[in-house]
Amino acid sequence: MLNDAIDSMTMMHVKGKDKGDIILYALSTCVWCKKTKKLLTELGVDYHYVYVDLLEGSEQSKVLDDMKRHNPICSFPTLVIDDKTCIIGYKEEKIREALVK
Amino acid sequence: MSNISKADVEKLYTRLNRDAEKSGYHTNPDFEHTNDLVRGLLINEKRYGYWACPCRLASGDKEEDLDIICPCDYRDQDIEEYGACYCGLYVSESVFEGKKGVEPIPERRPSVEERTKPEQGPITLSSLPIPVWRCRVCGYLCARDGPPGVCPICKAKKERFERFV
Repeated sequence: MLNDAIDSMTMMHVKGKDKGDIILYALSTCVWCKKTKKLLTELGVDYHYVYVDLLEGSEQSKVLDDMKRHNPICSFPTLVIDDKTCIIGYKEEKIREALVK
Repeated sequence: MSNISKADVEKLYTRLNRDAEKSGYHTNPDFEHTNDLVRGLLINEKRYGYWACPCRLASGDKEEDLDIICPCDYRDQDIEEYGACYCGLYVSESVFEGKKGVEPIPERRPSVEERTKPEQGPITLSSLPIPVWRCRVCGYLCARDGPPGVCPICKAKKERFERFV
């Protein structure tokens, strides 16, 4: 049940092991987002990511609205797993726990 | 992704580092981390016209983003409480000396709704929202929750400050 944003190709797809629907909301200039992305890649999981700062206008608002459901203040990185688990910030241990099952 | 040159990054890094040391602050000794952030600042300068925090989403409206222009309004409180600012560009003395690592920290910036609340009535001396601290060595005054770790003017340590108002 991936959302519309993925359908509309706003999100980039990194192929890997299926550990659920993983979406990373990130900023292209953020170091913590970079570390999170590196960790996901290292874990070899399948995930989608979007650099919200590179989106404009309604496209950006749409992604932010989606993000707000999980993290009302829209801070980055926000990692959402299966539309229910949300990990805010580069919490290495938490991310590993959630994805190394 | 960006056409910021390595030389530009190094130049700004040198400048920020020198300015930080001059006023009692430290940049993160993790060179890769700091380098990425400086590059982010330069990217933001190019696209927004100002140094919006690389780890926060800027609106592109300078007025709205004033509080997150680096160094941001939240830096000192975060350094005091967590040993580093939100993005990790500036760190405390103990992090700088390698006694403590830099961890990601929670966002201190209030939500848009809170930030745009209308201002309260005029501030009087007896109702200051923030206390004023005085450096007993040089007389420097600053209004903040606590005194700075080091006086940015004369470098006297925190314990040389007294509550002034």
